[in-house]
Amino acid sequence: MPKLTIDGREIEAASGLTVIQACELAGIEIPRFCYHERLSVAGNCRMCLVEMERSPKLIASCAMPVADGMVIRTDTPAVQKARKGVMEFLLINHPLDCPICDQGGECDLQDQAMAYGFDRGRYEENKRAVADKYMGPLIQTIMTRCIHCTRCVRFSTEVAGVEEMGALGRGEHVEITTLEKAVGSELSGNLVDVCPVGALTSKPYAFSARSWELRNTDSVDVLDAVGSNIRVDCRGREVMRVLPRLHEDVNEEWIADKTRYACDGLRRQRLDRPYVRNAEGRLVAATWGEAFKAIAGRLGGLSGEKIAAVAGDLCDAESMLALKDLMGTLGSPNLECRQDGAKLDPGTRAGYLFNTGIAGIKQADAVLLVGTNPRWEAAMINARLRRRFLAGGLEVGLIGPAVDLTYPVESLGAGPETLKQLADGKGAFAKKLKSAERPMVVLGSGALARPDGAAVLALGRKLADTFGMVRDDWNGFNVLHRAAARVGALDLGFVPGEGGRDLVGILEGAASGAVEAVYLLGADELDLSPLDKAFVIYQGHHGDAAAHLADVILPGAAYTEKNGTYVNTEGRVQLGRLAAFPPGEAREDWTILRALSEVVGERLPYDNLGQLRQRLIGVNPVFAAVDQAERAPWEPFGQEGPVDPAPFELPIDDYYRTDPVSRASETMARCSAELLPAAREATGTDG
Amino acid sequence: MLQDKDRIFTNLYGQDDWRLDGARRRGVWDGTKKLLDLGRDEIIDQVKASELRGRGGAGFPAGLKWSFMPKENEGRPAYLVVNADESEPGTCKDREILRYDPQRLLEGCVVSGFAMGATACYIYIRGEFFSEASHVQQAIDEAYEAGLIGKNACGSGWDYDIHLHRGAGAYICGEETALLESLEGRKGQPRLKPPFPAACGLYGYPTTVNNVETIAVVPEILRRGVTWWTSLGRPKNTGTKIFSISGHVEKPCNVEEVMGIPLKELIEKHAGGIRGGWDNLLAVIPGGSSVPCIPRSICDTVLMDFDSLQAVKSGLGTAAIIVMDKSTDIVAAIQRLAHFYMHESCGQCTPCREGTGWMWRVLTRMMTGRAESEEIDVLLDVSRQVEGHTICALGDAAAWPIQGLIRHFRPELERRIKRYKETGRAAAE
Repeated sequence: MPKLTIDGREIEAASGLTVIQACELAGIEIPRFCYHERLSVAGNCRMCLVEMERSPKLIASCAMPVADGMVIRTDTPAVQKARKGVMEFLLINHPLDCPICDQGGECDLQDQAMAYGFDRGRYEENKRAVADKYMGPLIQTIMTRCIHCTRCVRFSTEVAGVEEMGALGRGEHVEITTLEKAVGSELSGNLVDVCPVGALTSKPYAFSARSWELRNTDSVDVLDAVGSNIRVDCRGREVMRVLPRLHEDVNEEWIADKTRYACDGLRRQRLDRPYVRNAEGRLVAATWGEAFKAIAGRLGGLSGEKIAAVAGDLCDAESMLALKDLMGTLGSPNLECRQDGAKLDPGTRAGYLFNTGIAGIKQADAVLLVGTNPRWEAAMINARLRRRFLAGGLEVGLIGPAVDLTYPVESLGAGPETLKQLADGKGAFAKKLKSAERPMVVLGSGALARPDGAAVLALGRKLADTFGMVRDDWNGFNVLHRAAARVGALDLGFVPGEGGRDLVGILEGAASGAVEAVYLLGADELDLSPLDKAFVIYQGHHGDAAAHLADVILPGAAYTEKNGTYVNTEGRVQLGRLAAFPPGEAREDWTILRALSEVVGERLPYDNLGQLRQRLIGVNPVFAAVDQAERAPWEPFGQEGPVDPAPFELPIDDYYRTDPVSRASETMARCSAELLPAAREATGTDG
Repeated sequence: MLQDKDRIFTNLYGQDDWRLDGARRRGVWDGTKKLLDLGRDEIIDQVKASELRGRGGAGFPAGLKWSFMPKENEGRPAYLVVNADESEPGTCKDREILRYDPQRLLEGCVVSGFAMGATACYIYIRGEFFSEASHVQQAIDEAYEAGLIGKNACGSGWDYDIHLHRGAGAYICGEETALLESLEGRKGQPRLKPPFPAACGLYGYPTTVNNVETIAVVPEILRRGVTWWTSLGRPKNTGTKIFSISGHVEKPCNVEEVMGIPLKELIEKHAGGIRGGWDNLLAVIPGGSSVPCIPRSICDTVLMDFDSLQAVKSGLGTAAIIVMDKSTDIVAAIQRLAHFYMHESCGQCTPCREGTGWMWRVLTRMMTGRAESEEIDVLLDVSRQVEGHTICALGDAAAWPIQGLIRHFRPELERRIKRYKETGRAAAE
């Protein structure tokens, strides 16, 4: 490792690092605007200039690779003068409208002007004004504030993979520009984060709060199965915004737009008190006692086989375990968490995990995507795949509908037949998988949520074995989930017990009268029409599809309003935290079930979250290993059998509206209206 | 003074045929194969020994620059790029070579390309040079036909293509890395260095960018010998150089002269002297618009070479001498240059993007005296904040003329400011 001296201190830095990184290792702060660890080096802001021995000019520390024997000085008068100079240049055409700027209080320019700038301006001329650009419903532009660092341009071309931003003009007249339409990426919200000034700010959040008024809570996202780490910013009881939190192995420092912008959905369509359907068939507001009484009245004397429970996509593991335990006391084996009908095998953990791990994508050299659109199902994972593609030497094949994934994809076929051929080692892509050192296959819910899903799953396993994807140092078999609750539910066994009904069985039973009561724990995405005759209890936080049909509504807490455990698609256990209390009479979900258990069945044996978590760990020890994606043993799963030649269908037709929260969000509705017609045209699926 | 026998550019004024036949008559392509037979190392050694310095402005030793190219390419391409994007105000030396002696440039491309191990050569020519580009293209076609370039160039067994590329009129594309960006089809913005072009240049391959004049003189140095070349000029500032003399002289001209010729002699002998006599001289910008001007007192004695001009805090640059007599509004002249640099700044990095406009605006006010005298120091400080802090040298080029103005003509600025304060009248001269 090269040894260099920074401000008289000798430091060893891995070769390939730049001077600015070495300075950070030495604990020396170098101011910067254009430099960003995860983007290419532009070197254009000139704020990071430092002195290097034997160099007549100051050097841009962000662009200079470390070398042995380098002597760097970051505290000389020349460096300080240069910083002051650059700061002054940046500010002469900056409007200094900090009091009305949403970036105020968390602005790099503001902070660095305080630390490194002059205390007054010397510029006597008129300032430049720049026309604002249109960037869609998520991003507000105030281009006069732009300091031309080009972070946004680099982010959109490199990370997001949409070449929709650029710099036009020369000299003073350089302007960052867009195509005057919404940025066609699911990662566009990150542009607000990368912008060091207030040129790009969040449109829905505009003028609604100042950063210092907000209470920050570290949590995790549940709107897809990635489990992006987020920070929830609240003022009072209101979630004002959601920001990404650094997690190198999950979301790095990005989040998807739905994660960031669906939070206004937490304020609308909320269930804030219990409801009971009266004799006239109308839902009327009730007290908790009345609601419990109605449930006890209907369930009393009902045998366990006639009761069923379905857990939804956003549930925390604690509430699902409480419901499972409650169903146990009622003697019901009819539990189901796979509300999309995916034929996942709960017996083998490796059979339903994204085994490679999100960070593991970095090592893959061939990827086969089956019945999935990762761009919409897990935008963060798609961003990883794109970055892996940019590093060079990645082959990507796709079985299923063609989609634009921001990197080239070889379309291999439409349905399970192609997968079968490939699993038999036939076809050109088989050769690529064969020669790859670390191949991976990704099965999406489009491949598994169909009647022959178990056979497709078995084919996936066979393919993994054929191409040696599972070894001591590598597991290339992956299931890509869409629901944050799913892996946790499978881990704690929220699946049919002995002789129990699965989703199809529950729906058939409800239609035929064999199942008389159905408990829906936040389950909105299943086919609700067969539930007409059954007594439906809906526990959830939004007045979405299932609530309309329910006979009793129990108002629960959304993910920002409870402490809960979630397991992401790679099997990583993460904790979501309460950022604000649930509205009205709504309660944390597990407490509702605990209270209900006293009225129906048997009292559940836990009185606080700690006891419930102990029970959770007792059910499955993986819940003890928080934030660790442990490797799951490779055991048999799936069920070999005939496959239906029908092509795979993608489960999501509207990225912005996939769950009760995002469906209640006005921002997401605007995105959907503005962005999706273009996406539909591009894939040829419109009309 | 240069003797006719020592001239390299014997068709500088276009009196002879510029095509291949004429060029051959003047000795171009004479025994080029023998030059190539010297071998790569020997050519580079001789060019190093000749102390030939780049003619594009910075004066970097050419042989040293070539030696940065990798010795072994392992089948990878390497490029020679000729910078014919001559846009420096006052400079028109390359234009005459391209127009009247294109074969001399092509021969230089072959010899120097061979020495640095290039596999192909690109000539990036200024877009406005229409007829020059036409001449160069015809010259390339003739050279291909004669087997001088292309497969088995000059019968050496070595394949070498030369391509001509026309720019689109941006001054910044004359900066070597911006030129490479432009050549690759992107916006002409300078690249960060390191990596230098010799390691990672055009399309990511080793590349050397040289000025037209630098390349064109190389075969002649080798043919006539290093001692002949070094006998001309002064140590470290050897050989001949084309000077472009413009402005307030009787006969503006391009002329090839020895390096280190006294400025006064150059102007009096070749340009017919200053309009109104030597005593009417106000100042000279000795090296294209980018270098600081020098007042008459320095012009009396200064020698025209890199080191002598550097010693008086100016520079040889492209050796384009802009002469200003006492009728010149020197502030307006420098203000016009400041406008040029503001207009041509690529806008990539902060000091140049913001500083060039600031300096122009202040100078525009000072031109008429609408300023405070303290602002002269602010202006100087701003120019220092730009200088040396930018990605490329355009920032320096924008700062230097203003620094030269303040260094030598500060009383003039103060006079105008004072006059405006006292009379409320702009100082129009």
